[in-house]
Amino acid sequence: MNEFVERAIDLRWPAAIKPAYDVVIIGGGGHGLATAYYLATRHGITNVAVLERSYIGGGNSGRNTTIIRANYGIPEAVRFYQRSVDLYAHLEQETDRALMHKTKGLLWIAHSEAGIRQERARAAVNTACGATTEYVDPAAIGEICPQIDLTGGGVWPVYGASYHPAGSTARHDRVVWAYAEGAMRLGVDVFQRTGVIGLRMERGRVTGVETSQGPIAAGVVLSAVGGHVTTIASMVGLRLPIRTHPLQAFVTNRYAQAFHPIVASSGLGGYASQTAKGEMLIGAEIDRAPSYAYDSGYPFLQHCAFRMMTLLPFLRDLRVLRQWTGVCDMSTDYSPVMGLTGVDGFLVTTGWGTWGFKAIPAGGEQLAALIATGRTPDLIAPFSLDRFARDRTMADRGSAGTH
Amino acid sequence: MAAHRLRIHCPHCGVRAVEEFAYGEIPATPDALTDVDARDVDRAFMHSNHEGPVSERWFHTFGCRRWFTVRRDARTNEMLPLPE
Ligand SMILES: Cc1cc2nc3c(=O)[nH]c(=O)nc-3n(C[C@H](O)[C@H](O)[C@H](O)COP(=O)(O)OP(=O)(O)OC[C@H]3O[C@@H](n4cnc5c(N)ncnc54)[C@H](O)[C@@H]3O)c2cc1C
Ligand SMILES: [Zn+2]
Repeated sequence: MNEFVERAIDLRWPAAIKPAYDVVIIGGGGHGLATAYYLATRHGITNVAVLERSYIGGGNSGRNTTIIRANYGIPEAVRFYQRSVDLYAHLEQETDRALMHKTKGLLWIAHSEAGIRQERARAAVNTACGATTEYVDPAAIGEICPQIDLTGGGVWPVYGASYHPAGSTARHDRVVWAYAEGAMRLGVDVFQRTGVIGLRMERGRVTGVETSQGPIAAGVVLSAVGGHVTTIASMVGLRLPIRTHPLQAFVTNRYAQAFHPIVASSGLGGYASQTAKGEMLIGAEIDRAPSYAYDSGYPFLQHCAFRMMTLLPFLRDLRVLRQWTGVCDMSTDYSPVMGLTGVDGFLVTTGWGTWGFKAIPAGGEQLAALIATGRTPDLIAPFSLDRFARDRTMADRGSAGTH
Repeated sequence: MAAHRLRIHCPHCGVRAVEEFAYGEIPATPDALTDVDARDVDRAFMHSNHEGPVSERWFHTFGCRRWFTVRRDARTNEMLPLPE
């Protein structure tokens, strides 16, 4: 046994679907399962079903590069993500599961004067809103991460960076399993291979779902289906500020040295960290054309590897082991869309795009509070769907950037 | 459903790698939405994002530099014939 081998997970699969639940959650990714977990643990609401059409964690929650951080660019986002960072820090203890949560520190590199201004602004807004981020110069960057070529291959010189000590990673599938296990232990029903194919409406209110296994009545329905949210929302005629784009990532063979921090660069449109096994895990930007296809290809690999090698020359000596894709629910303003929808009985958690793994604890906690009390908590009120009609978008593209 | 690698059929230049093109969404605010303000919000922020056959515009940046319309299955990236 080593740390990569999971102790037997105690997933108590239910025998049969009940005809009705207080809450039906569509989608067994991190957000759906965390919401069920917090409903059960914080509010005693356990008459809950989570319906997953494939297997739990088979969507983006099991495909991401697991970066957890709170260094966003607008106060509302910093406060929300800081809550998630805090919850992640205690999640192993709370769930009694080895989630391999590891604090690494995150360098966000600036390659231009404009980049310096952006990273200085990030440090300032983070500090003002309760997250810790400081601006560091190239000498300090070299100490934090000796592998960085500060000349950027002569093309992308490193001018400075914001440094976010709380930047961390965790094993994504274990996070999913821990939430599923905790929820099921308290009586939540989680069903795999159970897809939602319709929403039932009575007098303007969503009253249940049609599934591949038959109809289920529900007091409240939450859509937590990642990139497929438009398909669910369109069943009740709801239009969303979401477009689904593929996002790819890849991992190399083992790099024999320790690479401690997470290194991100908006200029290069990529980021890198080292997994517990020693592989280099590298991600980049979304595919420009919207698509639901899980296609991964050589052009991405070439483009992304080439750019990251200018910053981290040692990558040249490594080999690509695996490459994969997830389909991401990208929101128009690059911020999440959580909560009430204007359709009675129907809630969404979406707009998680390329950045929603870190948000799983706080997103689940806050949505559970909303479902339990009927009131939108202050922490997520700025991220309601109606912000677009109210002209209160949460534009933060420069922080959402790919991880 | 088998995924096809996304390759764009330019009516002028033929089948080319997607990296040569720029994507253009065709906004499609539903006719049922009649309120003027609601239409503006929809046009500014909302997307049809259909999980199935979609019509879209592409610009051949590194080619003939012309806009054209394409029909594609967003689930598989398969190119579909344009409606007559
Ligand atoms: C390559 C990549 C790298 C990423 N890197 C990071 C990162 O470093 N940090 C970060 O914070 N975020 C990252 N993300 C984003 C993050 O993975 C997602 O935002 C997050 O996992 C979303 O979780 P979710 O529960 O909303 O969706 P998902 O995990 O996608 O779960 C949705 C589930 O719904 C199911 N479903 C869909 N339709 C139906 C239906 N009709 N009926 C029943 N079930 C249905 C799906 O099968 C799926 O299991 C990355 C994403 C990708 C693809
Ligand atoms: Zn052409």
